[in-house]
Amino acid sequence: MTALHVPRTASDAGVIEAAKAALGDAIVDVKSHVGEITLTVKREETANVLKILRDTAGLEYQQLMEIAGVDYPDRAERFEVVYHLLSLTRNRRIRVKVSTDEATPVPSVVALWPVAGWLEREVYDMYGVTFAGNPDLRRILTDYGFEGYPQRKDFPLTGHVELRYSEAEKRVVYEPVQLPQDFRSFDFLMPWEGPEYRLPGDEKAVAEEPGATSPAPAPNSPPGVNVKAEVNTPKTTETPAQTGAGAPADKAATKEARKPRAAKARSEASKKPKARKP
Amino acid sequence: MTDIRTDLFDEVPEKAPRRVEVSVGAGGAGPDLAEPLGHPRDLGDDRISNYTINFGPQHPAAHGVLRLIMELDGEIVERVDPHIGLLHRGTEKLIEYKTYAQALPYFDRLDYCSPMCMEHSFVLAIEKLMGLEVPIRAQYIRTLMAELTRISNHMLNLGSHIMDVGAMTPNLWLFEVREDTLQFYERASGARMHANYFRVGGVREDLPEKMLADLGDWLDNRLQLFEDGISLVADNRIFKQRNVDIGIVSKEDAIAWGFSGPMIRASGIPWDIRKSQPYEVYDRMDFDIPVGTRGDCYDRFMVRVEEVRQSARIMRQCLKEMPKGPIGANSKVFPPRRAEMKTSMEALIHHFKLYTEGYHVPEGEVYVATESPKGEFGVYLVADGTNRPYRCKIRPTGFSHLQAMDFMMKGHMLADTTAVLSAIDVVFGEVDR
Repeated sequence: MTALHVPRTASDAGVIEAAKAALGDAIVDVKSHVGEITLTVKREETANVLKILRDTAGLEYQQLMEIAGVDYPDRAERFEVVYHLLSLTRNRRIRVKVSTDEATPVPSVVALWPVAGWLEREVYDMYGVTFAGNPDLRRILTDYGFEGYPQRKDFPLTGHVELRYSEAEKRVVYEPVQLPQDFRSFDFLMPWEGPEYRLPGDEKAVAEEPGATSPAPAPNSPPGVNVKAEVNTPKTTETPAQTGAGAPADKAATKEARKPRAAKARSEASKKPKARKP
Repeated sequence: MTDIRTDLFDEVPEKAPRRVEVSVGAGGAGPDLAEPLGHPRDLGDDRISNYTINFGPQHPAAHGVLRLIMELDGEIVERVDPHIGLLHRGTEKLIEYKTYAQALPYFDRLDYCSPMCMEHSFVLAIEKLMGLEVPIRAQYIRTLMAELTRISNHMLNLGSHIMDVGAMTPNLWLFEVREDTLQFYERASGARMHANYFRVGGVREDLPEKMLADLGDWLDNRLQLFEDGISLVADNRIFKQRNVDIGIVSKEDAIAWGFSGPMIRASGIPWDIRKSQPYEVYDRMDFDIPVGTRGDCYDRFMVRVEEVRQSARIMRQCLKEMPKGPIGANSKVFPPRRAEMKTSMEALIHHFKLYTEGYHVPEGEVYVATESPKGEFGVYLVADGTNRPYRCKIRPTGFSHLQAMDFMMKGHMLADTTAVLSAIDVVFGEVDR
C-alpha cells in the first residue's frame, strides 16, 4: 500500500536508465524504495556524478537541497554522506550516497553549488567527515572551541561538558558533565522482537552436546565473563552514595526536610515550653 | 575557548593596514580600544577604511540569536560572516533517542513561528515509509491548519519586517491578527504555540463545528485589518526606499544557493511544492502562486503579502468542502478514542502499547519536503525497523537562505542588513535545530 497524500513528484520512469547511461562505472548501487531513487556512487567520483546529474539533459537536477550525514559504526567505512537533489524543470528528486571513514575526505561540491559550503560544514561539524576543496571548513552549529563530533553514534547524548555562570569568577565556566542520576535509555521493545541481551543464566542455554544429561557448556561456547561478574555483585543500595543521587544542594534545607515526622513533632513540642518561660 | 574574532579574517585587504573593532550589541567588547573610536591619531580615510563589527548575538533586528561579523568599508558592507548555532539544542540527536510519537513535539520547537508546518513534514515522512493512508477529513484539517499557520507566520514576519525598516503601526495591527490565529491554535490543539496536533495517521482531535464557523467569520472580517496595515506601507515612499533594489537575487543565484519558498518565487521562479508536488488536498484547491520580478526585498515582502490572501482563499475552500468522517487512520499507529477504551479491552491494550513501545516503522529511508511558510522544509528519515528513528535529518529553510547573506549584502549599506535579514525570514529555532 502506498500513501497517496504525500508530496507527489513527476514520474521517475526512465531516470534510472538515463542515470546509468550517463554515469557508467561510477555507480555502485541503484535502489528504488517508496518511490524514491537512491544512487550509491564511488566516493572519488562524487563531484563528477553530481555535475553530470545537474547538467545532463533529461536529468537536470538543478538544485542541491540537502547534504545529510549518517553514521553506521559497524561498517568499515562508517559514514554515509547523502545528497538530495531537486529538479525544478522535471519536478523530480533524487538521492545520491557516498560512504567514507574518519580519515578519508569526500570531494567538495562547492564549485558546483555555493550552497554546499554550509551544508558540508554542518556534516563536518556533526560527524567529522572532511571535504576536500571546501575553502571554509569551520565548525558551524556547535560552540566555539567544541570538541568531538556530536552526531556520531558513540558520542553520548548528554555530551561531555556543561557550562554555567560562575558568580565567583564572574564569567561562564565549562565543567565536565555531572549527572545527578545516570542517563537512562529504555527501548520498550518486546523481548521477542527487540535486540538480544545476555542475561544472567543465558550461558547455560548455549548448545549442548547431543545426549548430555545435564546442561553443560558447549566446548566452544564463550566464557561469558561479564555475566559472571554481575551475578557475584548483587545489585543493592546500602549507602546514599550508591543511589546515584548527587550531593544535596542545600544541606540545611534537606536536613529539615528529612527529619521524620515524629521527630519534628517532638522538637516542636520541646520548643514550646521554652517560648512560654519569659 | 579561543576568541575567533581575532583570527577570523586572515587575509586582510591591502587597503586596510589596521583594523578597528567596534562592538555593537552585547556581543563582546572590542579588545583594542586604546584609541577612541572615530578619532584615530592620523586622520585620513585610507587609514581607517575597514571596520569589523559584531551585529548581535543579541540585537532586536537579528530575529533571535544571530551573530553577524561584518567587515565594513565606511558604511558599505564588504563581507558578512554569519555565526549561527547559538540556539543549537541537538534536536536531531535527541530524536534518535525517542520513539516516533515522542519525537513529534520537537518539531514544534524548530520553527516556533509555524509549528504545525514543521510537524507536517515529519508525519508525512513516516506515513510515506509506512504506506499509511489518511482519511480525507484529516487531510482537509491538515491543509486548513497549515494555511492558518502560514498566515500566522507571515503576520509575524511582515510585521517585523515593516518595523525593522522603521514603521511602527502595521506591526501592532498584524500582531492582532496573529493573536487570533494563536487562539484558533489553542481551540484546535489546546496549545497556543507548541501544538503537537498532527499525528501519524491523522490529527489529534476533530475540530469543533463552532470553531470552523468562527474561522469562516474571521476570514471574512478580520483580515481587513491586515489589508489596512499593508496599505500603509505597500506604496509608502520611505518603505520602498528601504526595500526596492536591496539584496537582489537573480534566478541563477536563487537556484545555486538552494533557495525555496518565497525567496525563490520573488526571484521570478514559479516554484511552490503545494502546486508542483501537491500533498494532502492541495491538488483540489484553487489558488495562485505569486511571483516576483526583480528579486529584491520588496518583492519578497509582496510575495508574502499575496500568499496571505491566497492562504485565506485555500482556507475558505477547505471550510466549504470539508467532509464529515473519521480524523484518524484505521490502523494500529493511531490511538483509539478514550470512550472506546472504556469499553474495549483491545483498545486499552492497543493504547498502552502505543504509548510505551510505540509503533515500528519499516526499514528504509525517505525524504519528504513540504512547503512551509519559509520555504522547503524537509525531513530525511532513516528507519531501521524499530520504534525509534535511526537518523532524522532536518532540512531547515533558513539555513540556505542565511548562507546567501554574504553575497546579498555585498556593496549595501549597514542599515540594509535589517531589511535583507527580515526578507529572508529567519527563525533560529529552525536554522540551529
